[in-house]
Amino acid sequence: NLDGVNYIHVKVAGLLFVATTRVNVSPSLVLELLQRIARVIKDYLGVLNEDSLRKNFVLVYELLDEVIDFGYPQTTSTEALKSYVFNEPIVADTARLPPLGPAAMFMQGSKRMPGTAVTKSVVATDPGGRKREEIFVDIIEKISVTFSSSGYILMSEIDGTIQMKSYLTGNPEIRLALNEDLSIGRTGGSVYDYKSSTGGGLVILDDCNFHESVHLDSFDLDRTLSLVPPDGEFPVMNYRMTQEFKPPFRINALIEEAGHFKAEVILKIRADFSPTITANTIQVHMPLPKYTARVSFELDPGAVGNTTDFKESTKKLEWSLRKIVGGSEHTLRAKLTFSQESHSNIMKEAGPVSMTFTIPMYNASRLQVRYLQIAKKSKTSNPYRWVRYVTHANSYVARL
Amino acid sequence: MAPPAQSQKIPPPSQPSGKGEVSDLKLQLRQLAGSRAPGTDDLKRDLFKKVISYMTIGIDVSSLFSEMVMCSATSDIVLKKMCYLYVGNYAKGNPDLALLTINFLQRDCKDEDPMIRGLALRSLCSLRVKNLVEYLIGPLGSGLKDSSSYVRMVAAIGVLKLYHISATTCIESEFPATLKTLMLHDPDAQVVANCLSSLQEILSMEVSEEASKERETLLSKPIVYNLLNRIKEFSEWAQCLVLDLVSKYIPSDNNEIFDMMNLLEDRLQHANGAVVLATIKLFLHLTMLMTDVHQQVYERIKAPLLTLVSSGSPEQSYAVLGHLHLLVMRAPMLFSSDYKHFYCQYGQPSYVKKLKLEMLTAVANESNTYEIVTELSEYAANVDVAIARESIRAVGKIALQQYDVNAIVDRLLQFLEMEKDYVTAETLVLIKDLLRKYPQWSHDCIAVVGNISSRNIQEPKGKAALIWMLGEYSQDMLDAPYTLESLIDNWDEEHSAEVRLHLLTAVVKCFFKRPPETQKALGAALTAGLADSHQDVHDRALFYYRLLQYDVAVAERVVNPPKQAVSVFADTQSSEIKDRIFDEFNSFSVLYQQPSYMFTDKEHRGPFEFSEETANLSIGVESADNGIPSQRFEATDNDLLLSTSEKEENRGPSTNDSSAYSAPDYAAHSQQEMGLPTLPSNVQQFGFAIDDLLGLGPPVAALPPPLKLNSKAVLDPANFQRKWGQLATALSKDCSLTPHGVASLTTPQALLHHMQGHSIQCIASGGQPPNLRFFFFAQIADEPQSTSSFFLVKCDINTSSAKAQIVVRADDQSKSDAFSSLFESALLKLGTP
Repeated sequence: NLDGVNYIHVKVAGLLFVATTRVNVSPSLVLELLQRIARVIKDYLGVLNEDSLRKNFVLVYELLDEVIDFGYPQTTSTEALKSYVFNEPIVADTARLPPLGPAAMFMQGSKRMPGTAVTKSVVATDPGGRKREEIFVDIIEKISVTFSSSGYILMSEIDGTIQMKSYLTGNPEIRLALNEDLSIGRTGGSVYDYKSSTGGGLVILDDCNFHESVHLDSFDLDRTLSLVPPDGEFPVMNYRMTQEFKPPFRINALIEEAGHFKAEVILKIRADFSPTITANTIQVHMPLPKYTARVSFELDPGAVGNTTDFKESTKKLEWSLRKIVGGSEHTLRAKLTFSQESHSNIMKEAGPVSMTFTIPMYNASRLQVRYLQIAKKSKTSNPYRWVRYVTHANSYVARL
Repeated sequence: MAPPAQSQKIPPPSQPSGKGEVSDLKLQLRQLAGSRAPGTDDLKRDLFKKVISYMTIGIDVSSLFSEMVMCSATSDIVLKKMCYLYVGNYAKGNPDLALLTINFLQRDCKDEDPMIRGLALRSLCSLRVKNLVEYLIGPLGSGLKDSSSYVRMVAAIGVLKLYHISATTCIESEFPATLKTLMLHDPDAQVVANCLSSLQEILSMEVSEEASKERETLLSKPIVYNLLNRIKEFSEWAQCLVLDLVSKYIPSDNNEIFDMMNLLEDRLQHANGAVVLATIKLFLHLTMLMTDVHQQVYERIKAPLLTLVSSGSPEQSYAVLGHLHLLVMRAPMLFSSDYKHFYCQYGQPSYVKKLKLEMLTAVANESNTYEIVTELSEYAANVDVAIARESIRAVGKIALQQYDVNAIVDRLLQFLEMEKDYVTAETLVLIKDLLRKYPQWSHDCIAVVGNISSRNIQEPKGKAALIWMLGEYSQDMLDAPYTLESLIDNWDEEHSAEVRLHLLTAVVKCFFKRPPETQKALGAALTAGLADSHQDVHDRALFYYRLLQYDVAVAERVVNPPKQAVSVFADTQSSEIKDRIFDEFNSFSVLYQQPSYMFTDKEHRGPFEFSEETANLSIGVESADNGIPSQRFEATDNDLLLSTSEKEENRGPSTNDSSAYSAPDYAAHSQQEMGLPTLPSNVQQFGFAIDDLLGLGPPVAALPPPLKLNSKAVLDPANFQRKWGQLATALSKDCSLTPHGVASLTTPQALLHHMQGHSIQCIASGGQPPNLRFFFFAQIADEPQSTSSFFLVKCDINTSSAKAQIVVRADDQSKSDAFSSLFESALLKLGTP
């Protein structure tokens, strides 16, 4: 990162955005700026990948010209830029993208919208003529849980964002109401204890921050955010909570020695959420001892959509499930064969089990959007409103 | 300051493959230039795009310049923009051709559409051709008065561009003054922000008297208030700019500070990390002299920072964590209950993890050590080897900090049982360090260490550590001589000189403890050592050999002296550097953990840092005084214990080894002496001389004129803070207190009164025992008030070690040495009636 010149880069969607400077500037300013540039470009191009960037470099030049003048950031809001930028985006051929299911989309970009909206550029008008009035609100939560070997929760944390992507014309004001029982900041240990003993509905956020367009005038009163959404995608609010919550999955991992050259691993996953919800693209990883030579797997009878694999190079056991319905339980038995005699403790040699998953329409924090109100200017159109909840695993680890 | 990336590239000479296509394009452009047929614009667009794409991949298309210019006579704005882009890129290389464009650019500057006016003006300013400057002034001047805010915005930055092309023209046209009025009165926030950034940069590059005065006014109350009151209108980037400016402003009293903080408090909830960090910097600087409020600020900023860490991309969280780390180092207690936030997460990139591990070491204290160490032990089994190593080191560092080592030693011993070679190697190094600090654990450790076969350890560091323990505790390890012997047998296979050096020392030590068993091994080792090709190894073998030849008893005293436990390990960074970094909060300094002068060129140092001359001076002194030691510390970081242990062993006659280690020290000293001609060779003697002076003794000829202090010096806090910020450090040194002094330091007031007796006034004090911090000032007595020369002192006293560190900043740098001696002697007299 050094040489008289500082190189700062951000990796977004497989692309590196690099800035250089010789001045001792604020690193977070540069990083935020790069991130924002990436987002603006994505807003314009619809999708952000090497191909779309290559096709639209003229447009990107134009954008950069407006965003930064002589090294000073000018404006980064997609909306303001719209009036200065004239090149039209050439929409990258979406059909040639690898066909991903909507679920896979979440896995990749984590902030993508389903269906057509994913690739829709903010400035491009629909070929069908009239623009569709739409607004998307996503509540995306990344949860980190660490279980100890006895199944006790060592650490749990939720990082959430309310993402909004607006395709509304005329920039109407929007009111977004959250849970009434939402409270921010720990008001002392006693409240916390009280809550956990009653299991009550109080949602306590440790801290949160808001996008600059959000007015918090009535937030203290009735937990309503009012904002005039700028075009494009932006986070309305980021929040963080360490309050205890019910983890969506319970992981049980067992490793047993069976003779000198053999051991058995039993992995059990129980889905602790309502049967109406289905988690998808679940992956479970577990590093095995270095001297593992072969692994044979044994699944539940009648299991569908399960694949198991043992990666020779990384010595990792991989188990992926296409979906898990709430309330169900899945087990994997793996018989390990070692190439040399196992000494000491295999528990120490096999790593922690980690898991990644996506659960649509589920959020662990119970933060809710009560309503989404659009101050309408015309009575004729009723814009489409989408509110979605998604929970991702950020770091979901069970130790042995 | 960097121009936009695309215009920075210098296209390499045209590639053969591109040539044919370029001439092809040329032809096509020429055909289109005159045509007015419908649809030409579309064709042109395609062609222009092609030209630009060639430009992007580095093919030289400058030969198309005239054709491009001819084609650009169009009303199509997309075409115009592409053309401007092209022109901006090649104008510098083709100043003659650039003249062609001036015409239509100037015409566009008068266009009806503000968009086109702005664009043309921006391109005009971006031409960067010196002899075209005259054409710039007119459009710029009218641009600054334009009715459209977009044009004004572009013009404000345009002034800066002009300044970089030709500074004199810019000043002569009085653009800075225009910018200033615009900054105060323009209704558009972005225009204001651009004016501000241009002004800041221009003023910081100007060296004249006037410019520094202007700089002062930029920090004056009306301007700062004007900006602060409008802060919500600014874009987030401009907010950062304003906050950065305000952090250099010194409010006149505490009420002002509180007003400002209340006004800006909601900025802490901003989603943009840059804004939050800029606000935090401002808050910390505002409350620097108000100890308790400062603590409250820490409390307040904790939650937003933690949120930033978890909400952003890994790159951002790294940047924020870097700052958190700095804060944690300053106030470990504050974060000690939040240690769980610093646990590593599964998917995090390793640079974030590494930083988190450092945080965990920093926040560890009696109450949370157990949890943290448990967590770290989990990481030690991690598949990621680098992180596993780091976490073992972290465990060791915690052990060295703490008093309750028992559990940690057990943990470390468990690591040895994991039988992964890197884990074992790291652990051995740590155990060695631990034993040097806590010899009482040796029996437990030795029992386990003895079982380790040296053949399993490949890494030199680990091996060296094991050998050191074999030598040091050979009396407790049954087979130590034999293990050493077998190692010596494989002397030639040992590639690391470090290991061979340790082997030599260990054998000699072992020899003194168990002579009969080791004699053979010693002989073999000395023979092998004398034949060694490595100079150090050879020298050490020779040295041992002669020492043994001379007198075995003396040799034993030299090699095997009774050792004291090491209580304090060297700190890796001086507190002066840490303070410097803290002053540069929210910049790269924090991430690199170096003050900015160590990694930036002089001309790129931020605006407003110091006035130019003092900056030079301070850098000259400091790099001599702090730079070298810190680099040395860095280089030896992990070897630190090792090197000191060697020094200890070789203390007797000075060997190659120890003098090599202290050489940089001497170098640093001599440099310091050269840099400060008045530095007395013997501080002690000098101090007494000064005492004599005060005690009516006649002045000694060789000394500088007597320094008399004004006993009624007055300096209000705001002025103090301003001066402190402006002046560079004249000198900083460590001194010690007498036991009497420490005893009387039960309350800070004692020192205050005492120093007052020496005409040194205290302005602020704070901290909890054993660490106290004082800010003093004093004034030279016999000078007229107007040019009054002040000395400002920051004094950190540690009562438990009876050490004080003083940092002096002075109006008159030449007298700072005399003053510091005076100060020191006054400090020494503390507690003596």
